[in-house]
Amino acid sequence: MNWNDHLPALLLAIPLFGAFVAPVASPFGRTTRNALLASFSFLTLLVSLFLLRHTLTNGIAVYVMGGESFDLTLPLGMKLPVRIIMEVDAFSAFMAVCGSIASFAGALFSMNYMEKFTGLGRFVSLYFLLTVGMLGMMITGDMFNFFVFLEISSIASIGLIAFWRDRPEAVEASIKYMLISQVSSMVFLIAAGALYGKYNVLNMAAMGALIKPGTLEKLALVFLVGTLAMKCGAFPLHMWLPDAYAEAPSGVSCLLVAVSQASLYGLMRVCFSLYGVNLGGAFIPWAMIVMGLSSMFFGVAMAVVQHDIKRLIGYHSVSQVGYMLLGLGVGMLVLTDARGMAEYGFTAIKGGIFHIFNYTMYKALLFLAAGAVYYTTGKRDLNELGGLARRMPFTTGMFVIAAAAISGLPPFNGFVSKLLIYESAFAVHPALTVVALVTSVLTLASFVKVFQTAFLGPERSAFATVREVPTAMLFGMGVLTLAVLVATLFPSWTLSYLVEPAARALVDQAGYVGAVMGGGL
Amino acid sequence: MNPLSVVVRTVCDLFAWFMIVFGVNVLLHGYVTPGGGFQGGAIIATFTAFLLVAYGGKRVAARVNNKLFDLFEEIGLIVFFILAFLGFPITFFFNFMARPLAESASGILPGVGTVALMSAAVGLEVTGALSLIILTMHKGIRMFKVEPLEQETGHER
Amino acid sequence: MIANAPFLLVGLLFLGGMIAIFMEKNLVKIAIAISVIGSSVNLFLVALGYRNGGTVPIHYMAGENTVMVLPTPQAMTLTAIVIALATTALLLSLIMLVYRHYGTLDIDEIRRLRG
Repeated sequence: MNWNDHLPALLLAIPLFGAFVAPVASPFGRTTRNALLASFSFLTLLVSLFLLRHTLTNGIAVYVMGGESFDLTLPLGMKLPVRIIMEVDAFSAFMAVCGSIASFAGALFSMNYMEKFTGLGRFVSLYFLLTVGMLGMMITGDMFNFFVFLEISSIASIGLIAFWRDRPEAVEASIKYMLISQVSSMVFLIAAGALYGKYNVLNMAAMGALIKPGTLEKLALVFLVGTLAMKCGAFPLHMWLPDAYAEAPSGVSCLLVAVSQASLYGLMRVCFSLYGVNLGGAFIPWAMIVMGLSSMFFGVAMAVVQHDIKRLIGYHSVSQVGYMLLGLGVGMLVLTDARGMAEYGFTAIKGGIFHIFNYTMYKALLFLAAGAVYYTTGKRDLNELGGLARRMPFTTGMFVIAAAAISGLPPFNGFVSKLLIYESAFAVHPALTVVALVTSVLTLASFVKVFQTAFLGPERSAFATVREVPTAMLFGMGVLTLAVLVATLFPSWTLSYLVEPAARALVDQAGYVGAVMGGGL
Repeated sequence: MNPLSVVVRTVCDLFAWFMIVFGVNVLLHGYVTPGGGFQGGAIIATFTAFLLVAYGGKRVAARVNNKLFDLFEEIGLIVFFILAFLGFPITFFFNFMARPLAESASGILPGVGTVALMSAAVGLEVTGALSLIILTMHKGIRMFKVEPLEQETGHER
Repeated sequence: MIANAPFLLVGLLFLGGMIAIFMEKNLVKIAIAISVIGSSVNLFLVALGYRNGGTVPIHYMAGENTVMVLPTPQAMTLTAIVIALATTALLLSLIMLVYRHYGTLDIDEIRRLRG
């Protein structure tokens, strides 16, 4: 039995087993529970790295759940695929690695951060369920399975956001998120059901082969784009994002960042691989570009005036999602135009995908650093913090690295991906680049404010007993810093070995369809 | 909540166990009739709801142990996962007990295979989970002071 | 026209649920409206699968009739019902916690997170 073939199933089975075993193992004490959390997250990270290596060398990996053989998608010469099929190409594996790194860092951080709470067996269970939902969204090849994993991650995140149950703001944030998330999921299910009713397949690759332009497809596309853009936190429906990210415990915020990237992955799958050449004109790409621009601008404009440190970082999340939508929207605009694609479209898609990796790493690191500050001082308001750099040197250093990366300062990785997006957006219209540059400047301004207020300056008397955070939390933050530094010091290696195969796999609709439809008896 | 009148309590005594039997029937025959794990589990969980309504929160909390439903839930989940994992050398979730249609429907384990067993495991899990939900939500009402609740102490407001 | 009646009903229920979510002030009524929307989507999925003159999609219960309704939407609906159950349970528990903290269920007054 070749382990490489079963990697997609193992990627889901390991955290799922962790989720099921956690309520059984947690009465045995704190050490057992922490060991379970750390070891299963690490195993998930290892499996996702192996999966990335397998996909980069062997092409698209297909896995049929419950079939006679792991790649028997069309048994007995049937014309449409049977059973739930996982389809992992280079883009999916890339995102799975991003998500697993964020999950591992959050798990290490939560080992010490949550120690004063009760009900931690259920916390570990919900954390693993959120990981399963996120990874399932990233590797599945089936529309309804995507909906099921979307709902699993949304239910788990509702439970985790409200975990500080005696703080009223957390419960309010969770209810706000739940109301809007439920309605969006129902809309997604209507779209998936409508497409099923017309084509009689649920598999994304088979639907991509059969789909023809028409009214029902346009309506379904609008519903799908609307739902998935809501889950990422794009402009018109972003109200839940700062509240939810701020009120969740910090290890959970770190994972929620990766979960919203999984919805962005779904949006890209729907637009590039499901619809592809049948996208029907330039309306949806322009809609995405406009949503991206407004998210960028409104996100950063609201962020500059915040004085709660986690809420500020949450508003920056909204603006960074705008960058990704801008880059991928520009790439989608020239999907059918070969010359435009070669000139600036492919660069835009590479910029967008690289920005996804960078954003997950530095945003998770920012949330963990803010959580570390809250853990030691007990305060989140910038008006009450000050002078922490001498007491917490490691946290300060990692916060500086993350803040420089998010503002797009050279030589950090944020600068590389933003430069790719600026270049390609300029070729479409110069005004897009102007908005993006203004946003970058305002981002830098707000992070200079945060760094100066929280870390520099004279030490306050209330913080005389503050020490550095425990080692496990530092190790969790260190994992993310390592990822940021790898992308900073070796940008061309990262671009050509990780991002370019992912971008090529994303625009290649024929390859995605052929991996499933050609795999029969 | 206070216990309801003696009529309701007598009807509860007569019908509660019948509901469990009916629920188990729906659960086990899920592979041929409309029914199966979730539906059967939900019917069995209405046993807990019925007890709660008829006898009132104080007596139910004194006699019913939450650990039983916890155990149901955990056993159901772990059995489900083990059954999925047993198909592993071929694929995850492979139905290694299935027989083709022509020679099935004989013996104790029908040719459906792991689907029926997984359905039973899911039903056990759903029973435990739904009963826990009902009992915990009732305890959270805090209107009748059934028992004191712990205060969460993680942080300052 | 008569064959489209389930789908018209789906549209009406969905519209009613959405209007209720926007106009209602009480949180419990909003939770009920979400449940109505869930029911309308389930009805849509089940009504999709009907074929004219079709019967139960189980081999040995079908009889001589060879046209069966589609079983896949029934599986999809079952999954959607279970998911809606889990979400309703969570939503109602959170509403109880909100009442305990804020003392009111009016959605205009639950606004401590602002700006």
